[in-house]
Amino acid sequence: MVSNLAKENLQNWIVSWGKRHSSEISDFKETVYLIKKSPLTMVGLAVILILIIMAIFAPYIAPYDPVAMHLDNRLAPPSKAHLLGTDELGRDILSRIIYGAGVALKIVLIVLAIDLPLGILLGLAAGYFGGWIDEIIMRIADIFMAFPRLILAMAIGTALGPSLRNTMIAIALTMWPVYARLARGETLSIKERTFIEAERALGTSNFRILVFNILPICVSTLIVRATLDMGNIIRIAAGMSFLGLGAQPPTPDWGLMVSTGRNFLINQWWVPTFPGFAILLAVFGFNLLGDGIRDISDPYLRRGRQ
Amino acid sequence: MLKYVIKRLILFVIVIFGVVTITFFISHVIPADPVGAILGENAPQELVEKMERQLGLDLPLGQQYTRYLKGLINWNFGISLRTQKQVSEDLRVYFPATMELAFLALFIAIILGISIGVISAVKRNQWQDNASRVFSLVGISMPAFWLGLLFILILYYHLGLIPAGGRLSPHISPPPMVSGLYLLDSLIAGQFRTFWDALYHLLGPALVLGWIQTAYICRVTRSSMLEVLNEEYIRTARVKGLRERVVIFKHAFRNASIPILTMIGISFGYMLEGSVLTETVFGYPGLGRYAVNSFLSLDLNAVIGSVTLIAICYALSNLIVDLLYAALDPRIKY
Repeated sequence: MVSNLAKENLQNWIVSWGKRHSSEISDFKETVYLIKKSPLTMVGLAVILILIIMAIFAPYIAPYDPVAMHLDNRLAPPSKAHLLGTDELGRDILSRIIYGAGVALKIVLIVLAIDLPLGILLGLAAGYFGGWIDEIIMRIADIFMAFPRLILAMAIGTALGPSLRNTMIAIALTMWPVYARLARGETLSIKERTFIEAERALGTSNFRILVFNILPICVSTLIVRATLDMGNIIRIAAGMSFLGLGAQPPTPDWGLMVSTGRNFLINQWWVPTFPGFAILLAVFGFNLLGDGIRDISDPYLRRGRQ
Repeated sequence: MLKYVIKRLILFVIVIFGVVTITFFISHVIPADPVGAILGENAPQELVEKMERQLGLDLPLGQQYTRYLKGLINWNFGISLRTQKQVSEDLRVYFPATMELAFLALFIAIILGISIGVISAVKRNQWQDNASRVFSLVGISMPAFWLGLLFILILYYHLGLIPAGGRLSPHISPPPMVSGLYLLDSLIAGQFRTFWDALYHLLGPALVLGWIQTAYICRVTRSSMLEVLNEEYIRTARVKGLRERVVIFKHAFRNASIPILTMIGISFGYMLEGSVLTETVFGYPGLGRYAVNSFLSLDLNAVIGSVTLIAICYALSNLIVDLLYAALDPRIKY
């Protein structure tokens, strides 16, 4: 009896939830439909999914240990045993590329995990409170944006000491102004709307308004921007590793693999070429997906497509 | 308008000051060990102390900062420990090399980017458009260093179309220094062989840098042209019976050119960044490679000098873009 009642309650709740959120649900369905309709976005999505699968299941997919050296089988050309050949220490390049997907995704995730909250916090504060808080935060953002990103990341990375962790910190420090600016702009435009005024008239605290009214709108804008930046993060990290200012051996990092493989370019072209192609493919996938999501989330373009 | 310009200039000064300060703090506060990098980890204590005194690293931070600012005003960064020369002298040699490369690459990017972009917009959704969109997406996704390696492998090793690297062939001596740009200086001195040799050496890196920027310019050109081509006055122009070429170039392109111009300015900034990777791959002796080498050897003065110079150029190109934008678009009021 009791369980039946509980079941009914749950069903009722699900139905009413569906009703209350019907507009969001149909919106979501439409988004899925639009993604399906755009072949380039689907290609991007597929590339990213493959990357994620490679990253999670690397130990099961990769045919060899990515750091195991076989000095008797150095620089072997692509063959059945080693589909993409081996590098200067006899390590299987395909396995290293598969493990490298995890490294690349980790960099993207950690950089965004630092930058999104940081950008939102600073942007919300600047936009909502205005005045000198706004002035200080935005001028610091301007200064950080006045460096070319790679150069600033290189400088910070070198100062902290070259390593994968410091690469992520360095890239995060160069990217936060983008998100802070976006969040600020979004906050400024929402702040003036009547529903916020109404909340304020009801005596809602600043904190509640920021968290429950402004934050959710900011987050969706920032996530769209973040998907556009993911490719760039991989590219900058790869650039830093290539220059020797990022990940250190024996990390299976793509940029680092190209960097050490450079010495074998002429006679063993496969050593630097395949990891570089992996970088291109990953960045390409993220850019396709980012472009697609941007188009879909743009209400103007969205209406235009229907 | 004037108010905007003044405001923008003040911001520029603030930004430069901030950039200089951040560069100083990054290189002095965060614990890298430049002395250790030069002398090795097991250097005797007296030697380390002597070195620190020589570099001014034993002074309190505030004093180091004022010393640094004073030096900066005279464009004096001290001596590079790697090259044993004044950093400012090194910069005078390497900076023009990078400018030469960046301008040539920009030239390539503007011509290719705009023509491909216009074709793409005019032939919307036809094969030309799809091809150019894939081309530009690949371009913006391309890691510059890897493209450089492919060029060396194919164009240098297999086809012999470009030289292995450097700025001039070993048997050719640099032209007398006027601007530091070899292309210009060799023409001034009338040394045409040097001119061709310099151009030949610029080809590889400029194509790499240029291709990536072509992609950006092409994308902006396409979307900007598409927007304008949808306007009603374009239809009017066509209905009037104007030739398609006139409609596209005179009516559409002119009005689409403001975002393109902005993108070109931004591209120039990106090149400073791209030059770091491209120059390293091609062994081209420019500012980017100089910066990388000073980073790798923790050559503090050279790091500060090159980062400051790059950041100033970057901020300057942003300033010019903003001012041009304000000046060109009569619809924008500041």
